[in-house]
Amino acid sequence: MAESETETDTERERETEREREAGAETAAGAETGAVPGARAFIELDGVEKVFDVRRRTGFLRRERRQVRAVDGLSFTVSRGEMVGYIGPNGAGKSTTIKMLTGILTPSGGRLRVAGIDPSRERTRLAHRIGVVFGQRTTLWWDLPLIDSYRLMHRMYRIPDARYRENLDRCVELLQLGELLDVPVRQLSLGQRMRGDIAAALLHDPDVLYLDEPTIGLDVVSKAKVRGFLRDLNAERGTTVLLTTHDLQDIEQLCSRVMVIDHGRLMYDGPLDGLHEAGESERTLVVDLERELPPIEAPEPARVVRVEGPRQWLAFPASASAAGLVARVAERYPLVDLSVREPDIEAVIARMYAERAGA
Amino acid sequence: MAETAHVTGAADEADPAGGISWEPRRGRLGEGLRAYGLIAGMWIRSTMAYRTSFLLTAFGNFAMTALDFVAILLMFSRVDALGGWSLPEVAFLYGLSGVSFGLADLAIGSMERLGQRVRDGTLDTLLVRPVPVLAQVAGDRFGLRRLGRVAQGLLVLGYALVVLDVDWTVAKVLLVPVALLSGAGIFCAVFVAAGAFQFAAQDASEVANAFTYGGTTMLQYPPAVFALDLVRGATFVVPLAFVNWLPAGYVLDRPYPLDLPGWVAFTPPLAAAACCALAGLAWRAGLRSYRSTGS
Repeated sequence: MAESETETDTERERETEREREAGAETAAGAETGAVPGARAFIELDGVEKVFDVRRRTGFLRRERRQVRAVDGLSFTVSRGEMVGYIGPNGAGKSTTIKMLTGILTPSGGRLRVAGIDPSRERTRLAHRIGVVFGQRTTLWWDLPLIDSYRLMHRMYRIPDARYRENLDRCVELLQLGELLDVPVRQLSLGQRMRGDIAAALLHDPDVLYLDEPTIGLDVVSKAKVRGFLRDLNAERGTTVLLTTHDLQDIEQLCSRVMVIDHGRLMYDGPLDGLHEAGESERTLVVDLERELPPIEAPEPARVVRVEGPRQWLAFPASASAAGLVARVAERYPLVDLSVREPDIEAVIARMYAERAGA
Repeated sequence: MAETAHVTGAADEADPAGGISWEPRRGRLGEGLRAYGLIAGMWIRSTMAYRTSFLLTAFGNFAMTALDFVAILLMFSRVDALGGWSLPEVAFLYGLSGVSFGLADLAIGSMERLGQRVRDGTLDTLLVRPVPVLAQVAGDRFGLRRLGRVAQGLLVLGYALVVLDVDWTVAKVLLVPVALLSGAGIFCAVFVAAGAFQFAAQDASEVANAFTYGGTTMLQYPPAVFALDLVRGATFVVPLAFVNWLPAGYVLDRPYPLDLPGWVAFTPPLAAAACCALAGLAWRAGLRSYRSTGS
């Protein structure tokens, strides 16, 4: 019996391989414009999610209210992209991820992942996606880590050779070797997170969703997780969509960032562009020979702080620093200078605030 | 398992297009049973790693349920019959009900934890796996120690079968195992329906207990000791009567309090099938509402 099943698995593996190749061809075709739109691996078009919220307003009296958690969301993600998905609490991030994985059914709009409608073919989609919830584990809490992996192996029907290869790779890169026989509940948060990431990748998913993958991790663990994700994306071309509150995750991993608030997309583009969208400013810090009154800087630069011989000048992130430095050096006795990049957290905080005010 | 593998092979052959055939073609029921087997198997292996602990908890389970029967024995130390039923007859009822419930509890007793999973959000992690959620919930923490209850039920049933003075016919002999399996099916359906209800009310496992543990306790006593309305409810609303009252009535030639035709005693399998179908629908409705509300 075991033999016949292994055989079927190998066959299936071959089929999968063929399918992958076919998929790659379509993608290549799309590049030349033969199949427009076929490159979009994740596709959302006007997706909505409305919750009915019931609230107690008194004894036996209840108020029903509709909350639009996601409101006309449209975007596409191509195969192999690594996208950061950020927004304040309650912005609709998790709801989006839940719709993308098939956990929640959208109230409206069109949604496709790898050509599959997640809410209708949840179990079929499950073979193509990996999910890591930062706040809760997908592992079996009371059992040793390796037991969870063995169960995943059978449950996802991962061909034996592939399973061993993937497990070995994850164990090596995520340093799980000594943890395999430890019950999940005894793992530290960072260890568990690494264990969870490995579990999400054993079946070679095309896309990996990470919901707060570095939440609560120390600096070393964060670096390990980020390094692993970067390599995974570079070497395997796994599409990665990650939600996070830690903007360093985004800065170090994602070339593209989407900002969502009140269920709507507020920004979608490269991380650098976020500065312009948020009208952020860079800072020129100059050390003068002696204490002087605030520098008369050319518009739109202005002095924002003076501390002894040191002065801080703010100027738009989009403007060049060279001109400003030249002008200051011409008129003032400079000892040293440095340029500080805008703080992305401040940028995003300002975006949220503007949106709330509007 | 050999059969399962065979089915897979056949499905693959029947799918010449191939391309996406790694997505198994077999039905959801087959998929669910396979997943359930995998999960339960893992828990059994994990239980067996600590054999002593398993034996102790199983014995504890046995002893605790045995106290139930001790209560009945105590009653019979004062009276000769309960509602006209003698001790071996009541033991027969008890055995049928105990084994049926024990089997259902062994198989899917973990359904009780569903409400907690909904509350803490861990149900989401089951929804991203490629196997039916019901199989995952039912197989989770498969508790082999619950064999203790089954063993205790079998012991009492064995005692009843030895002591009872019954004119055994082929029909009566066959009816015993049929009633046990159907009874297990009915209790499973109650567990699943109660689970489905927990999607709506997450603290409802206590309500469910009224029907599961409460139900099995009620069935340990002859129907004659209960009010007619309760018997009606247990026959037509939540058909627990099909677990043992009706088949035992036939085996023991006891009249049923309600005026039902004699062939009803042979319908437990139908009642079980109907219950399971309804419970399945309730489960689907519950899961659908969870997926549209997220809570």
